[in-house]
Amino acid sequence: MSLKPLVSDMDHIQGEANAIIELVEYGDYQCPYCGMAYPVIKNIQKKFGKELKFVFRNFPLSKIHPHAKLAALAAEAADKQERFWAMHDIIFENQKNLSNSSLIAYANELGLDIFQFKTDMEDETLVKKIESDFESGLRSGVNGTPSFFVNGEKYNEYWDENNLGNFISKKILSTAW
Amino acid sequence: MLKVGTLAPNFSLFAKPDHKINLTDYKEKRVVLVFYPADWSPVCGDQVTLYNEVLPFFQKHNAEIIGISVDGKWCHQAFSQERNLHFPLLADFEPKGEVARMYKVYDEIEGTALRTLYVIDEFGIIRWNYLSPADSNPGADGILTALEELDNSTCILPQASN
Repeated sequence: MSLKPLVSDMDHIQGEANAIIELVEYGDYQCPYCGMAYPVIKNIQKKFGKELKFVFRNFPLSKIHPHAKLAALAAEAADKQERFWAMHDIIFENQKNLSNSSLIAYANELGLDIFQFKTDMEDETLVKKIESDFESGLRSGVNGTPSFFVNGEKYNEYWDENNLGNFISKKILSTAW
Repeated sequence: MLKVGTLAPNFSLFAKPDHKINLTDYKEKRVVLVFYPADWSPVCGDQVTLYNEVLPFFQKHNAEIIGISVDGKWCHQAFSQERNLHFPLLADFEPKGEVARMYKVYDEIEGTALRTLYVIDEFGIIRWNYLSPADSNPGADGILTALEELDNSTCILPQASN
């Protein structure tokens, strides 16, 4: 399965725009497996440096994770103040505390304008963005969280640091030569 | 698997401890029939959990979803509650696997249904099918594509559906 739509400037992208490797995660902030993947991705990013850019798309499974959508909204709202990744990180580092008041506390910790943040949390366009991420995941063959895509193709192996790292190394070699 | 174009066999199975569902209850609806091996698969992103989130997308295409496995009705009830499922899971329990056999998706060695998807139209005709490789969650894209194609196709009434 391949990624639909492709990564664009509508996405949250970390790293060099012209990196050889594009790693996309469809994730759910309340999913414990996504929580386990969080440090794995940090290490992968460190390992591959400017060779890799990382993209995060929302795939909240709201029926089993009642705080997932709210947390996704918090990250999107933080994006309005250019702090998407800071909020993304703080949420994954505090996955067990994702109530509305906790999310506001994190926004405070990040020094966000709280009034603006609360207003943006209610913004329908952000809700739509999360839904459209979810739908794009469905159409791309996402079947659970986390799901990863490397250079547009679904990665189906286990995503521990070794497996994913080796896969990416091979991809770099085959692309570079 | 039963072939596309065949009439989907009717069945009557427990959806709740005191309530049975027939396929023919879904008149004028499309049905996504999901055969799967067993309740309680150990990951949070499993197939039924995913479909539970996709319900509104299926409903946009006039489709309802039904899960079927050989698990008993009490097992289904516990699993459904734990996963907060909003669609029925049917117990193909007595005689075991009878409906899976009718749909030609019974795994004699494992004693469970093979992971199979059927999309059945408003007239009870199978319009799409998919047998998933072992241990692989087929996701929802194939179903959504099949439903979109049904939206775009002109319906041909079956000749002999009774």
